[in-house]
Parts: sequence; C-alpha cells; structure tokens
Amino acid sequence: MNARHIGERILAVEDITLSFGGVQALAGVSFDVREHEIRAIIGPNGAGKSSMLNVINGVYQPQRGAVTFLGEKRRHMEPHRTAKQGIARTFQNLALFKGMTALDNIMTGRNLKMKSSLLAQAIRLGPAEREELRHREYVERIIDFLEIQAYRKTPVGRLPYGLQKRVDLGRALAMEPRLLLLDEPMAGMNVEERRDMCRFILDVNDEFGTTIVLIEHDMGVVMDLSDRVVVLDYGKKIGDGTPDEVRNNQAVIDAYLGVQH
Amino acid sequence: MIYRENGQFKTSYRADQQIFPILQDRAFMLGLSALALVAVPFGASDYMFRAILIPALILSLGAIGLNLLVGYCGQISLGAGGIMAVGAYAAYNFFIRVPQLNFLVVLILAGLCAAFVGMLFGIPSLRIKGLYLAVATLAAQFFTDWLFSRAGWFTNYTPSGSVSTPTLTMFGWAIDTPTEKYLLLLGLVFVFALCAKNLVRGHVGRAWMATRDMDVAAEVIGIRPMYAKLTAFGVSSFYLGVAGALWGFVYLGSWEPLAFNINLSFSLLFMIIIGGLGSILGNFLGTAFIVILPLLLNRIPASIGVHLSTATVSHLESMIFGGLIIFFLIVEPHGLARLWSIGKEKLRLWPFPH
Amino acid sequence: MKFLATQWPVAALAVLLALGLAAPLAIGDAPVGFYIEVLLGGLMAGVLYSLVALGFVLIYKASGVFNFAQGAMVLFAALSMARMTEVMPFLVALLLATGIMVLLAFAIEKAVLRPLVNQDGAVLLMATIGISYFLDGFGQTLWGSDIYNIDLGISKEPILILDGVFQGGILVSQEDIIAAVTAAVLVGALAVFFQRTPVGRALRAVADDHQAAQSIGIPLNRIWVIVWSVAGFVALVAGMVWGSKLGVQFSLSLVALKALPVVILGGLTSVPGAVIGGLIIGVGEKTAEVFLGQWLAKTYALAGGGIENWFAYVLALLFLLVRPEGLFGERHIDRV
Repeated sequence: MNARHIGERILAVEDITLSFGGVQALAGVSFDVREHEIRAIIGPNGAGKSSMLNVINGVYQPQRGAVTFLGEKRRHMEPHRTAKQGIARTFQNLALFKGMTALDNIMTGRNLKMKSSLLAQAIRLGPAEREELRHREYVERIIDFLEIQAYRKTPVGRLPYGLQKRVDLGRALAMEPRLLLLDEPMAGMNVEERRDMCRFILDVNDEFGTTIVLIEHDMGVVMDLSDRVVVLDYGKKIGDGTPDEVRNNQAVIDAYLGVQH
Repeated sequence: MIYRENGQFKTSYRADQQIFPILQDRAFMLGLSALALVAVPFGASDYMFRAILIPALILSLGAIGLNLLVGYCGQISLGAGGIMAVGAYAAYNFFIRVPQLNFLVVLILAGLCAAFVGMLFGIPSLRIKGLYLAVATLAAQFFTDWLFSRAGWFTNYTPSGSVSTPTLTMFGWAIDTPTEKYLLLLGLVFVFALCAKNLVRGHVGRAWMATRDMDVAAEVIGIRPMYAKLTAFGVSSFYLGVAGALWGFVYLGSWEPLAFNINLSFSLLFMIIIGGLGSILGNFLGTAFIVILPLLLNRIPASIGVHLSTATVSHLESMIFGGLIIFFLIVEPHGLARLWSIGKEKLRLWPFPH
Repeated sequence: MKFLATQWPVAALAVLLALGLAAPLAIGDAPVGFYIEVLLGGLMAGVLYSLVALGFVLIYKASGVFNFAQGAMVLFAALSMARMTEVMPFLVALLLATGIMVLLAFAIEKAVLRPLVNQDGAVLLMATIGISYFLDGFGQTLWGSDIYNIDLGISKEPILILDGVFQGGILVSQEDIIAAVTAAVLVGALAVFFQRTPVGRALRAVADDHQAAQSIGIPLNRIWVIVWSVAGFVALVAGMVWGSKLGVQFSLSLVALKALPVVILGGLTSVPGAVIGGLIIGVGEKTAEVFLGQWLAKTYALAGGGIENWFAYVLALLFLLVRPEGLFGERHIDRV
C-alpha cells in the first residue's frame, strides 16, 4: 500500500477474558499489533470490540490475561497512566467535554505535557503564558490538519456530529500518541465525511508514524486502510490476518451471515 | 452598533487569548474601575459600605472559591461555611499568637490552613460523587461547627465561645473606617479574581472542566482525577479561607461559631447558582443579588405602607430564594452571567433585530 | 472466601459497632440499666429517622431524584396537621392533611420535575434544595412559626419495665413504642405495595430507566405524582410521630437532615436499608453522645455534648468510602 516501514511488535494482548456480572464480553482473546501499522478490529455488534479497546487503555480490568505495551506487561493500568505511556483513543459515543469550545477540548489533550505550577498559572505572565502559547501553536497545527479552523471557538455541543468527531480525533492527536485507538471513527457519517476521515487517518499514520488500531463496520474502509485485521465474534477471536485472508475465512463469513456455529 | 468587533483582528495567539479581547469590554472595565476607585469612596454613604459593599466584596471572594469547585470542577459542596470558619479561626489564632505578622501574611496562612482542611475533606470525592459527596461535605460542615464551639483552644478559651478581633493595622496604618476597609477589600478581590481567571484559563482549569464534563474521558486523556479534584478542593478552600478570615476580621469584628453555619454554606451555593456556575463574572452578579435582595425586602413593604414582622420577612426571603433557585435552574441554568452575555449579544446587533 | 472479600465492609461495620456498643460497658462505669435505656432511646430515635428516610428512598427509587426537601415536607405536613387539629376532629384533619400533601405533589411535579426532566442529578438536587427553602418559608407563612402540638392521644407517662432484673428498672416511653409499631406497619405496607401491586411494579420500572418505562406506555408524570404523594403521606406520618414527641417547630426540618446519612448507610434504593440504617445511626449516635462525649470531656477537656450533630455524617462518610452503594443498595456499572 504505502512505502511504510512496519516495525516490531508494539502491543500484545494475551488471553484477555472479561465479564460483567453474568455477561462475558471477551473470552481468551490474543493478538498483537506492530509499530506503524493500521490494525482493524471487526465483528458483528456485541462482539466485544469496544471492550477490547477499553481493556487496552485501562478503562476495564480483565479477569484474566495481560496487555504488553512497549515491553511493559500488566493486567490493569490506570487510564491516565496508559495515556502517559502514549496510548490515545477516540470514543464511539464521542465523550467530548460539552462545556468547552473545540479549541479547549483539543487543548486538554496537551494537559499531560503542560507542567507549569498552580502559582505560575495564577500569575500567568511569564513562564505560564509562554507555555500556553507554545502548546496553542501545536494545537493550531492539528486544527489546520483537520480543517476545523472556523469552529475553534464554538462550544462543541453546538457542532454537527461530523465535526464533533474531528474534534474527538484532534484531542487524541494532541497527545502525540504512539498508539491511537479509534472506536468507529466513521459511524454516522455520510460519504464525503467518511472520505475525509479516511484521509485524516492515513495522513496521521503516514506523517506521524502513529500505530493505529481501529474498530470499523464499513468493510470497504477496512479492506482499503488496514494492514492486518482481527475478527471478533461473541467475545472470541475467529480470524486474524491480512484483509484478503480474513475476507476468505469461512468462520468470518458465517459470523456475518449469522450462520449457527 | 456600539458593541461591534469590526476591525478588531487578532494577529497573535497572545492577543487572541486576552481576558478582554474586545475593545469595548476593556473600555467598560476601565470605566468600572474608575467608578469603583474614585467615585464610590467619595460618593457612597456609610450605610452603603457597611451593608452592601463590604459584605458583597467578601462574599464574592467566597463565591469565586466555591464556584471553582462546584461550577468549574463539578464537585458539589455544602460545607463552604465550615471552610470559611477554618480560615477565620486560623487567622484569629495567628493574629493573637504571632502578633508581629503582617495582616496579609496572616490572610495567606489562613488560606493555606483552609486549603489543607479542604483537601482533607475532599478526599472522599475521589471515590464518590453527586449527592453522596454532598453528604460528605455536610459531615465536614457539622464537624467544624462542633469543633470550633467545643475545643477551647481555637477561641483561646473564652468562656462564651465567641471571639473578638482588635482593630486591623497594616504597615502602620489603622484600617477602621468603612472607606479604608472597602479599598483594602477592593484591592484584594481584584488580585484574587484575576488569579482565579488565570487559573481557569490555564491547563488546571481545563483539567477541572474536563473532570466535570466527563471524568472517564478526562482520565483517558491523562488528566489524573486525584490531581484535578484535590487541586479544585485546595484552591477553592484557599479562597474560602481567606474570605472567612476577612468576614471575621473586616466585616463582623467579633463572631461565634454559629456565624459560619450551614446557612452560610447555602447562601454561597445560591449565589453561585443564581450568578452562574462556571463563570467568574457570575459570582459578583449572584452575590450582589443575594446581598441586596433582603435589604429590598426590608425596605419595600415599609415604603408602600405594608408592615411585615421580621419573621415574616425572613420567611418571604426563604420562599423567594427557593423559588428563584428553581426558576434559574429551569430557565437559565447558567445564571445571571448567561443573561449578561445574551444581553451583550443583543447589543452587538442593536438597533437591528437580527 | 469470596463472600468475605466482597462483604468485608459490612463485616467491618458490624465489628466496629459491636466494639462501640460493648466499650461503654467494659471501660465505662455506667450501670447496665442506664446503658440499656440509652440503647433503647437510640433505637427509638432510629425509628424516627427511618420514617423520614423512607420518604427519601421512595422518591429516589421511583424518580431518581434525591429529595433534599423531604425534611421540609415533614415540617409542612406536621404544621398543617397541628394547626388543623386545633379547629377540627383528628380524622378530618388527617384526611385534609393527606389531601394537602397530594396537592403539593402535583405542584412539585408540574412546576419543578417536568421542566427539569432530562437534567442530571446535581441539578435536580439543587432544585430540591430550592423546594426545601420555599416550603420552609411557605409553611411558616401559612401556618405560623410558633411551636405547636400534635395530640395523638398517647400518654406521656413512661412505663417501667424489668425492674426486677436491672437496678432501678428501665423506663420506656409509650410514644416510642407506638412510633416503632407505626414504622413497622408502614414499612410492611410499602413493601407489599412495591412488590405486589401493578403500580408498585411500574414504579420500579420507572426507577430503573425513565425512557424505557415511557416507551412501554407507563405515564411518567402520573407515576411521579403518585410517588411524591406517597412520600408526602410518609412525611405526614413521620411529622405526626415526631411532632407529638418533640413539638412541631422549625428545627424539625433540620433534624430531618439527619436522615441523609441514614439513607447513605442503608442504600438509596432500599426500604429495609432505610430502616436498618436508621436504627444503626440512632443507636450509634446516642451511645456516642452519652459515652464518647463523657470520655472526650474527661480525657481532652472538650466541653461535652454536640457529638450527635456530626456522628451520623462521619459514620456514613466512612462507610461510603468503602461501600458507596450502602448496605443494601445496588451497584451501578457505567459503560463507556
């Protein structure tokens, strides 16, 4: 596809088992992700895809299994620590900060990198203001990249859905992540918006070398964008490989057609 | 027509990020400052100082503090009165036990004590929210009520339990006339309000608002909930502590523990709800409202010939406050501050309808 | 073993309470008869708290609203009852008072709940704070702010029991016994109401998920009026029982604030929790006031008394930290 150098293994999940009360969301799922690649997770609704992302960035704690990221193995890590390690994500249901403008939402993505003390911020003049301006410049580059300049001062609650999704992506990008988890980034978008979002995702992977794991239902997008695909069904992994391999996998076809198995 | 931004282009991020980016706003603030600094000290009566300006300035400082916690960080607190009490008693104890200290230093120390206690009582917020947190803050309120009325050490073992402060002196100057008190408070409130606005514009303010809006997403971005919540409790309590010390020293002069009871907590809550949660300007509007309304209720019936007993007046006050809270929550949850900015929006277009 | 792992806060609470209850007997020098009187007094206070807490639980269970104004409702109901019994027979007054509380429920639903229907908990909580201030002022404007009496026809003479077993015997007030019986009957009736009647089921559905309940045709507004009316009636009962004991006065609504920790301890959605929480808080509070207060006064020269004001809150707070859903409440799982 692109002349990209796909690197070594950056993330590995082993034997992840997760249940809520009586409902089992994931059962013994294992796969890995290599640096700089675009890995898609697909499967019918309720297969456990979002739960998988939540386990990777620490929102859920699996009953069994481990996640290894950048060589560090753990069963559970607090979400803010995974963020510090370099994992960022977008959400299926957006989860934007409704009380703030688009600009401020993306600026929150820089919070990890902003270090000025309370007192410095209270005074503002001097080091705190310089830091704020420096990060503002970086965020403005992201705003340019996502083409949302006109909306930066609008409260996000008032933006149309497609633009809100871009702000969500911008917020994740502001963290300068090594691994970006995208949860159905194109859900609810029309054809043009999808094309734009595809372009953004490819550009992010190309320019910044960010490794991307994405959940997506649109098969065309999945086949075009991804290097490798994982298929989940009822919490189990039923397919793992390149888009072509997965497309021809009988178990995958059965799962989508709803054949009893 | 007057309030147009035409021609005011910003060519740097710094200019874009100012507190008052619009020229007309800056002019308005300048005019207001002139009024406050020059016209008021000469023109206002003693009554205006004692009954309105002085309490309103101190309470707006407290309101700013509470608003940082409740409005910006979304942590509900019904214990603001207790925190103010901590500030007042801390200031009293520093003042009489270490008399050499400058009053400003005493204020800062009182604020720090209150911040420490506030953070302590804020620890539950790491595990609980909403009404459970409200109950936890009530625990703080009732506990401090009890502590300051029973533990004699805080009141220097006065038999009655109440405390009296000597005249304030600063840099050799006695501050005992209403005008002097007003100017001191004006200066303090200005500095503190500016600092609050700066904090809210900075990354800690964004951390607070993110925690308020969606704490799970905030954590995923890397904002540590403990950092956001405890700093909110800490800074908020600092402001409340300073306000408490000022309330005791500058306004009351002498007080008993009941002066900081749950009614004060509710009054502050009403101020920030009516004024506007999550707004610095709102604190001033809400405080002015809450301070002036009882005075009006006392004056108006008498002036139109209807005589009401003080008990009736206070019942009416309760009804009006309760009703107004509900009204604002339904009609304009962002309070008077939102009404103010809507007014400015209309002013942009005036005299055209759209 | 797993049972112990999840239930350890409850076990810890039980151990703590047992120790706290045993301590005055072991370390202190109080006679056993006196100790049992304090205990019984605590239980009775606990029953009163439970009556108020029941109202909280009802409203929370069915509308997800935490009704800060429950105490004000108790006061309002008690005031209406007290003033009306001055001019009319008891039963007529009772009927009218119930009618007034139903009207109040209508008013609250129309003026406050309906406009705020989609707001989150904090907003509704503050709205109920507004209602409580309004009701306090309104009640006293309407009915007056002196101290009034409710005569339930119960003798104020305490009964002396067990004077053969314990030195001096134990004094038990008849009013307290009636209160306990009333509470038991009320709890039983409410339990039946929730579990066996269609309205009760509808209430539970609404408590779980407003939108889902609406979508199967449950009329939300009518349900809320019913719930607030029932809670209003419970408030009336609480007001009468409490008012006849303490006299009907403004401080009633403040005392009712104490029911908050009861509900926290018992679990916001549990009727038995309200009862058990009330009893625990009542007993804990009284023994702490009497015995802990004495000990603190002796050891630290702290002027005695007043512990009652914060003990309940601190106990609830500590329990909250380890078990936020309370003794019998339900755990919420938030999906992201």
